Amino acid sequence: MIDVNRRVLPGFHLTLGYTLLYLTLLVLIPLLACLFKASSLSLDQFWATVWTDRARAAYALTFGAAFVAALVSAVFGLLIAWVLVRYDVPFKRLFDSLIDLPFALPTAVAGLVYSSLYVKNGWLGQFLVPLGVQGAYSRLAIVLVLIFIGFPFVVRTVQPVLGDLEAEVEEAAACLGATRLQTFRRVIFPTLFPAVVTGFTLAFARALGEYGSVVFVSGNMPYKTEIAPVLIVARLEEFAYGEATAIAVVLLAASGAMLVLINFLERWSSAHVA
Amino acid sequence: MFKKFIFVLATVGLAAGTLLGAPAAKAKQIELLNVSYDPTRELWRELNSAFIPKYEKESGNQLTIKQSHGGSSTQARAVIDGLEADVVTLAMWPDTNAIRKAGLIDSGWESRLPNNSLPYVSTIVFVVRKGNPKGIKDWPDIIKPGVEIVTPNPKTSGNGKLSFLTAWGSVTQRGGSEQDALDFVTKLYKQAPVLDSGARGATTTFVQKQIGDVHLAWENEAHLEIQEAGGELELVYPAISILAEPQLAVVDANVRRKGTRAAAEAYLNFLYSTEGQEIIARHFYRPTNPEVFKQHVATFPDLKLFPITAIAKSWENAQQKFFADGQIFDSLYKPAGR
Repeated sequence: MIDVNRRVLPGFHLTLGYTLLYLTLLVLIPLLACLFKASSLSLDQFWATVWTDRARAAYALTFGAAFVAALVSAVFGLLIAWVLVRYDVPFKRLFDSLIDLPFALPTAVAGLVYSSLYVKNGWLGQFLVPLGVQGAYSRLAIVLVLIFIGFPFVVRTVQPVLGDLEAEVEEAAACLGATRLQTFRRVIFPTLFPAVVTGFTLAFARALGEYGSVVFVSGNMPYKTEIAPVLIVARLEEFAYGEATAIAVVLLAASGAMLVLINFLERWSSAHVA
Repeated sequence: MFKKFIFVLATVGLAAGTLLGAPAAKAKQIELLNVSYDPTRELWRELNSAFIPKYEKESGNQLTIKQSHGGSSTQARAVIDGLEADVVTLAMWPDTNAIRKAGLIDSGWESRLPNNSLPYVSTIVFVVRKGNPKGIKDWPDIIKPGVEIVTPNPKTSGNGKLSFLTAWGSVTQRGGSEQDALDFVTKLYKQAPVLDSGARGATTTFVQKQIGDVHLAWENEAHLEIQEAGGELELVYPAISILAEPQLAVVDANVRRKGTRAAAEAYLNFLYSTEGQEIIARHFYRPTNPEVFKQHVATFPDLKLFPITAIAKSWENAQQKFFADGQIFDSLYKPAGR
């Protein structure tokens, strides 16, 4: 019998089986359990839980803050990646490894540090608060801490692509008469764009789920600085598991929809921009 | 034949050995897990080190006690989800009752230990900055213009819930109407710049970040806070506050399975002994033994303590009336016009 599945390396069935098992155990089953728990509510109860004014305000803040933070991360992440790849700056290796710090640091620590810095007698807050910049216990505070958590994703996705970009390509563009701006817009940016979008998506997704740091910097004021995960915790404290998972399901569905949309945009743009 | 004889001899020998060995193995190894709330860490550490040698001497068993601390309802959820607690010593009735609802504690648990299962009670007091610059003496003072209040979120914290209920009761217990109470808490939470998710978070906000003029804290936490602050903070007793009742319970389902009921009950009953009560008083919890309380009366100024039933029919009713979704606490934050 001839093996139809001709590949140089064996192990297709083994790896596929492992992938399926892994995804099922670690992703699919927990998500299904979440849906299952939420289904213990009637449809009316479900809507009454997830669609209150307060919950809507929290969703808007969660998604809004995550979006703004991811956007800022995308711009500055690109900038940082550019500097780290293109220029020889002193202590480059040190800076480069510092980028990974937000990945490793427990986010609660980040939250505590940020809020201590920006309160009105903190190191930075003592100068900023008199100028009207509330960097702690405000929406700005949430965005700041989400940028901290999100920008490494952009740096780390853009860096390798930028590194692979040959200088000859830019030289060729220049020889053919392109201005500097044109070279960046027409030659470099299209190549980097998919990586930036991927970084943006990762940063956005990460920010949506962030809880540990945000509870310390936001002040948790209902309607103003209360993120959706805080609502989930509040429900858990009342032993209302069904209601807590209902909110989780809404967040899950919304995040899923946004990630699909962004993926779609990414495909579309890499097909059209280039 | 000879082989068979040897075999029998060996069996008898083994059996005898087991029998002889038995008395030595009789000293059982017992391990208890005490699941408690956040600020009781130091209290239980001292209670444990006093109880263990006493129990080992009396029963001949070897005892180890493990402690687990965290937010009271988070701890209750952990027990419901399978943390094998032998005893639970949580901050509030609703948390212990949730474990009963899950079928792990038998109903009627509140009356199984002396004094309604309360070896100690506590309350909510004020911590203010050195010299009390805002002149905070009692509840009406904390909502004066320009006073900032630090208290955790009632939705996520037991300390937060008690602070809210105390503020409410401070009005209704002095003849104010429910509307007056609503006006009072509305002002109070307008002047609360941060709602931390737990008691320790609020302490950090008040002490380290220097936010706010008054911190509504557990009495025992307030004492610790002031000791640590080295003269930067002062304790103020309002004239009236809530009677916080952190009731204790043995987790029936777990002690039944582990066979630790006797030890667990001896452990909790130890808290009612004079020695236990003394330790409790030293950690700034109010001992319920009147003799011991009298000896420490200097530590515990007299103030009017009202029970939860003074402001609601029951804890369940209070939860529903004040903290359920869209109820009184939520309405405080509802933007105008909605």
